[in-house]
Amino acid sequence: MDAVIENLPVFLEGFKNTLGLLVFSGIGALVLGVIVAALRISPIASFRAFATVYTELVRNTPLTLVLFFCAYILPYLQFSPGYFLLALIGLTVYTSPFVAEALRSGINGVPVGQAEAARSVGLTFGQSLSFVIMPQAVRMVIPPLINVFIALTKNTSVAGAFFVFELFQASRQVVNDRGDEVIAILLAVAFFYLIITVTLGQIAARVEKKVAVLR
Amino acid sequence: MSSVLYDAPGPKARARSRVISVVGVIIILAGLTWLILALGAPKPSANGAIQPGMWDPTRWDALLDVEVWRTLGRGALATLTMAGVAAFFALILGVLFSFLRSADHAAIRVPTTIVLEFVRGMPVLLMMLFILLVFSTGSFWAGVAALSVYNGAIIGEALRAGINSLPRGQREAGLAIGLTPIATRFRIEFPQAFRQMLPIIIAQLVVLLKDTSLAFIVGYEELLRSGLYTMTNFFGQRYQFSFFLIVLAIYLAMNLSLSWLARVIARRSGPKAGKLVDPAPEPMPNAAGAGGGF
Repeated sequence: MDAVIENLPVFLEGFKNTLGLLVFSGIGALVLGVIVAALRISPIASFRAFATVYTELVRNTPLTLVLFFCAYILPYLQFSPGYFLLALIGLTVYTSPFVAEALRSGINGVPVGQAEAARSVGLTFGQSLSFVIMPQAVRMVIPPLINVFIALTKNTSVAGAFFVFELFQASRQVVNDRGDEVIAILLAVAFFYLIITVTLGQIAARVEKKVAVLR
Repeated sequence: MSSVLYDAPGPKARARSRVISVVGVIIILAGLTWLILALGAPKPSANGAIQPGMWDPTRWDALLDVEVWRTLGRGALATLTMAGVAAFFALILGVLFSFLRSADHAAIRVPTTIVLEFVRGMPVLLMMLFILLVFSTGSFWAGVAALSVYNGAIIGEALRAGINSLPRGQREAGLAIGLTPIATRFRIEFPQAFRQMLPIIIAQLVVLLKDTSLAFIVGYEELLRSGLYTMTNFFGQRYQFSFFLIVLAIYLAMNLSLSWLARVIARRSGPKAGKLVDPAPEPMPNAAGAGGGF
């Protein structure tokens, strides 16, 4: 146990970086995901096709490969803003198609009658999306979106293997120093991850309960 | 949905949308061409020497070596072996978890719930490291064990959601004709839940296949390690990008074919609702609890 207490600053440093990765790549993935989802449902066929291909390619690539590209190939191409930013880019790109799919399934989850009603009272594409579909879709989208962020939290650990000092890397360093207390150290790190994931899970459950009342 | 959101386009709108479509294709193609050219352009390196572009033959000639393909094959086989073994155990654990989680006795149900929540909230990578260091199993079994437990937990939750979504009459009918509660689970409820959740289970197996690449971090010689790190160390930095593209292609081939299989099965066994929308991605069971599965 004293290995954990002694190294608390190291863990907190890692925790800070994990949170940073989560928040910034979460925001980035949200922005990119909204764009991809919009392309995916747009009336223009070539945009739809592009968004579909992007989603399929990125979703079927392992995160390790995406991060490898960011950490090794991008600097080789004279683009090196530091490993933290590179990992941020990788996590953003990797998470964006999952966000887009969550959004799209939310939009598809709104009953068709709603869209038909909006159209039949004369609203345009933009109006029916922003006044009728989106307000309903957003509610349905929040729980799966939070799931995406929970997964993102866990995925930030992979960045540890690509030169970012986050929780997983912190645990590896402390384990190297104190091989005698491996179990306590790793459980402490698991505890830090659970702080984030369990909180997010609780929020998702609460939101889902509220949405269920609305419908 | 998208089809109802706008009118069936008239001749003017069709012409306009065709123009935008063509412009869109041109923009996308221009972007790709720029990317390919930018990668192919020779670059001055830090010490002033000119490096050849990424498509230069000197970056690809290592591929003529048979040993390269043998190593790649070994790596792919190692990845598939780990995925196969882990998928086998994940399915068994998934069934087991779903039974324990929906047990009648709180003494079984509550601890299982806590363990499942714990497992799903932890990164697979941390679990691999834990098993590797605490049980000193070697990297292969560390990877297999962590992937099995993690994906087993998610498959178990999917199966439980499937069992819960069945009409109550199914269980009651089973009990009424004199089957024991366990036999009802196994012979009445479980086959239906499994068939219903098959698309989600296969989607999870794609995730498992992708996640085997995490095992390289704990030192397992799979496709990523043997294809990228070992080869780049052997042939030199110059070939890194080439090997990256090849490893990427192999992963995409494996994952896309499994995803395609998942979609075929989803179409065969999925609900045949007469929807006006293009098919939504598979519904997540118990959205708040699923904990995300990628």
